[in-house]
Amino acid sequence: MRKDKVFKIILLLSGFLIVALLSGIFLSLVFSSIPSIKEFGINFLFSKDWDPVNNKFGALPFLIGTLLTSVISLLISIPFSLSISIFLSEILKNKLISNIFQTFVELIAGIPSVIVGLWGLFILAPFMRTLQLKLGIQPIGVGIFTASIILSIMIIPYSASIGKEVISMVPTEVKEGAISLGATEFETLKSVTLPFSFNGIFAGFLLSFGRAFGETMAVTMVIGNSNKIPDSIFSPGQTMASLIANEFTEATTKLYTSSLIEIGLILFIVSMLINILGRLIIRRFKF
Amino acid sequence: MENIILKIINLNAYYGNQKVLKNVDLEIYENRVTTILGPSGCGKTTLIRCINRLHELSPGARIEGQILLKGEDLYQIEPMIVRQKIGMVFQKPNPFPTMTIYDNVIAGYILSGIKLSKEEKDKIVEESLIKSGLWDEVKENLFKKGTFLSGGQQQRLCIARALAMKPEILLLDEPTSALDPVATSVIEELIIELKKSVTTVLVTHNIGQAGRVSDYTAFFYLGELVEFGKTTEMFTVPKSKKTEEYLIGKIG
Ligand SMILES: Nc1ncnc2c1ncn2[C@@H]1O[C@H](COP(=O)(O)OP(=O)(O)OP(=O)(O)O)[C@@H](O)[C@H]1O
Ligand SMILES: [Mg+2]
Repeated sequence: MRKDKVFKIILLLSGFLIVALLSGIFLSLVFSSIPSIKEFGINFLFSKDWDPVNNKFGALPFLIGTLLTSVISLLISIPFSLSISIFLSEILKNKLISNIFQTFVELIAGIPSVIVGLWGLFILAPFMRTLQLKLGIQPIGVGIFTASIILSIMIIPYSASIGKEVISMVPTEVKEGAISLGATEFETLKSVTLPFSFNGIFAGFLLSFGRAFGETMAVTMVIGNSNKIPDSIFSPGQTMASLIANEFTEATTKLYTSSLIEIGLILFIVSMLINILGRLIIRRFKF
Repeated sequence: MENIILKIINLNAYYGNQKVLKNVDLEIYENRVTTILGPSGCGKTTLIRCINRLHELSPGARIEGQILLKGEDLYQIEPMIVRQKIGMVFQKPNPFPTMTIYDNVIAGYILSGIKLSKEEKDKIVEESLIKSGLWDEVKENLFKKGTFLSGGQQQRLCIARALAMKPEILLLDEPTSALDPVATSVIEELIIELKKSVTTVLVTHNIGQAGRVSDYTAFFYLGELVEFGKTTEMFTVPKSKKTEEYLIGKIG
């Protein structure tokens, strides 16, 4: 009886701690952003000048860089993770082999991002350079597109694994209902199984989009770190996360630091929203 | 004299090494209701899944023997064609949750990409829903999702969906086991009504139901066909001791 109570209190306290931690981070981000918010107001989001020397800060290039890399990486990842999740849930009839495959897919997600970044820097970037030479583009190697490829490799395991779960949850009776009407397995997949699991698959993509949005290390290593608005998807650029990682140690003035933190605040809020939305959709799908 | 529509010859069915149907010989008569009766696990579902070739989808499943539909070997025909000719209704109502009632009825055509004109579709939907006794209840709501219906209505929607393909045989696997008594008697009346247009094979646990709706009964025990005959005769004077024991509730 007493032990039970103690246990409950510990659980309750740790629950509170998590909530306190989260709100603490959020509040300290808000407080530290105040100087920058006061100075630039809403213009912070629309100005493309990032000029520490003259104490002028605008987030537009990084908003664009973040959106570009995460959207492109999402687009690259969709066909792959969709095929992987269909393959694992519907084509591989053998549960054991399917689970082994899934473990491999999830192991990819466990690779430290600095290692993925290294691979991107030493293997992918030179390859991109050759490609760009052939295409007659300025051969830089690193840049928005290279970062997007790296990101897509990092997020495919997430959406593929969620996709596999939700596709496996489609009841056998419903699928057999389609087969019993003379549908082929492909027709069943296309018109019954995938529509049934659409929301869950969508949520999986949303969550992986959230990952791409905030991923820092690997992106910082291959994006080229240019604070200008990229003029093509092959140009070097900067995301919100890579900017913070790159410049935090250099931020000497109060306004500079505050501007970086405001970017962190934006990143925090957007990532939170994406995550909450994704989770809500998945929850609704399960019940 | 009855017309044989389906002839099952020396059928064995397996899951891996487990033999669940043993040397089954059975004839199904046209425009009659035939009940497959027997205790749980005796192979009733397996038998009807052999008839529309769903059995072969289970891992490790295979069959030996022959099933002839109007003299034609089912296992020499494309399975998709077989399943369009032999409709099935499952134990648990399984309308397609992402489709409207209207689309559920013509789902067989939609899934296989068979193009129909608007008039043809409307006609099939109305006819099938009338046949399954659902028309009056849903005609105002044809474009709502089928999952809003009650369990009994969902099951009749599934019957309509099967009838829409104009099948020669309708397989019903314990269609009322998930339903309340009122919904059950509606479906039982429907089965009797449907005899005019389709041959029905009904799997049931419910001896009363077999007595009320079926013309013929096949009694199975441990994967073997024990007895086949007119339902009225079998229920009054069963030939086999096993059948008698089952009918008076000693086994099963
Ligand atoms: N997918 C499967 N894989 C392996 N064995 C199976 C499978 N489906 C059924 N069986 C086995 O085959 C036998 C016959 O099963 P079947 O479902 O045909 O029985 P049933 O008469 O329909 O029973 P019930 O009245 O409970 O529905 C059972 O012993 C069952 O365990
Ligand atoms: Mg059964």
